[in-house]
Amino acid sequence: MGTSILRHNPIRDTGIIAARSLRRYVRLPQLLAFSLAQPLMILLVFNYVFGGALGVTTHIPSGKYIDFLLPGILVQMVMFGGVQTGIGLAGDMSKGIIDRFRSLPMSRLAVIGGRTLSDAVRNVVAILITLLLGYLIGFRFQSGVGDAVAMIGISVFFGYALSWAFASIGMAVKDSETAQVASMMLIFPLTFASAAFVPVQTMPNWLQIFARNQPVTFMADAARHLAIGTPDNGATWKVLLWCVGILVVFVPLAIRQYRRAAS
Amino acid sequence: MAKAIEVIDLVKNFGSVRALSGITLSSDEGKILGILGPNGAGKTTIIRVLSTLLMPDSGMAKVQGWNVAEQPQKIRETIGLAGQYAALDEFQTGYENIFMTGRLYGLDRTEAKKRTEALLKKLDLGNAAKRPVSTYSGGMRRRLDLGACLIGRPSVLFLDEPTTGLDPRSRLDIWNIIRELAKQGTSILLTTQYLEEADQLADKIVVIGEGKVIAEGTSSELKARLSSDIIEFRLVNSVDRLAALRAVAPFAKQAPTYDETTLQIRVPVRDGSTGLMDIVGALNDARLKVTALSLRQPSLDDVFLSLMGKIPQKEAVPQTKSRRHGNGH
Repeated sequence: MGTSILRHNPIRDTGIIAARSLRRYVRLPQLLAFSLAQPLMILLVFNYVFGGALGVTTHIPSGKYIDFLLPGILVQMVMFGGVQTGIGLAGDMSKGIIDRFRSLPMSRLAVIGGRTLSDAVRNVVAILITLLLGYLIGFRFQSGVGDAVAMIGISVFFGYALSWAFASIGMAVKDSETAQVASMMLIFPLTFASAAFVPVQTMPNWLQIFARNQPVTFMADAARHLAIGTPDNGATWKVLLWCVGILVVFVPLAIRQYRRAAS
Repeated sequence: MAKAIEVIDLVKNFGSVRALSGITLSSDEGKILGILGPNGAGKTTIIRVLSTLLMPDSGMAKVQGWNVAEQPQKIRETIGLAGQYAALDEFQTGYENIFMTGRLYGLDRTEAKKRTEALLKKLDLGNAAKRPVSTYSGGMRRRLDLGACLIGRPSVLFLDEPTTGLDPRSRLDIWNIIRELAKQGTSILLTTQYLEEADQLADKIVVIGEGKVIAEGTSSELKARLSSDIIEFRLVNSVDRLAALRAVAPFAKQAPTYDETTLQIRVPVRDGSTGLMDIVGALNDARLKVTALSLRQPSLDDVFLSLMGKIPQKEAVPQTKSRRHGNGH
């Protein structure tokens, strides 16, 4: 009905949803501030409280723990960004907003696609803020601008892939609080039992087996390699492979959940 | 005449729970169909199937001739859905909420802007357009949500309990908007728990309970079906209730009911004038004090009570002790 011709284009719809999600950070800047507070606090606490003790074990070229720590903090930060995707979708679901979207003739991909995209943009901003704070307390990139940009890129891609996994969790649990708790239960063991904050070789053997072979360690090693020139040991392609694997599993799964969503 | 909505033998189970067990109903173009039923009767499930959110297990559901199972995309282009809770972004303004829905519906910027401004004005939200929804009252949210589902100029509108939780003033506002839309030719399906709402708005009423259609017809047809008059009186003293129910029972067409909050006894009788004499006589013989004795035509409430009484109840209640509590309003 009506005279105008309807246009349906997944990219346009995705853009509209992404803009809607980002508008929230513009309207309520405290949202970003609060979600950054925890990783930034961990950055300061680890650097100033544990840094003295931990620094000696890291064996990095500069000898400064902050150079070891900061790439790890960025990894944790993009993971928190991914959690936001799940929380947001669960919230939309419980408020009936997903029902409204599903009753519209819009792309079936756009709601999750737009949300994951906006959370990737949020992650870029979060990384830049963290880098700024890092520079103020002594962090320095060691291997040039190209590698620094590559590190940011790969971190954002990692967070993006995780966004789809958290989207799936969010739509399964259907309410924001549960999504947050469920995601945190996943994130804590993955980040702390990894190379994000401390070298893996300081952990007991049984834990090392897990820590050495999980994606957060690959991500932290890759980020560290690109940021300060520690050995790569294949971490970069391993984390990229993980990202692709996560996307291959969770993109179809999340879209299927969306299509069948019942609030 | 073309059917706006056509549902045949619709079945939907959620696990072992049977939400719809063979619903058949239809509505003509430009008419308002009211689905009336208590909580959990299956009202929302019917709307979710018709608005393509939920696939039925079996049976057929068509909107504007399109089958939900075969052409959901066609249906989405022609419907508007307002769910039980206003689906709005708190941090976006009223304008942004409607505009975004218009863009996602597929309108270009110019058209979306034009329609959004017109809708906000029509829904009396022009002054609040630039405020975030978090500052809106319940009634304003409902109107805004209605605006969002009107942006595509739908030919069929689904409204799931459109006035639940609203104050009387806001309810009247929504009723007027619904009437206006129907006058302009929009086909509307609305669910409600309020008999008055169905009576006021619907061209046809379908009463459902436990996933089945119990009755259907216009509000006057439903009232005529009852073909009895109602005599009501209030007890002065609640201890008299058993004696009173016993006294009037011989003259009742259906089991008399007692409302313990108002102390009112309601007796459906076959014929008003003789019934009135009989009942006054019986109450007098039993020396029971009553007030506010009246004879009236059946209301939709009476129809509803009598229909709901036909659903098999889990526990059998002896006739004279049968009680029903305040119903809805």
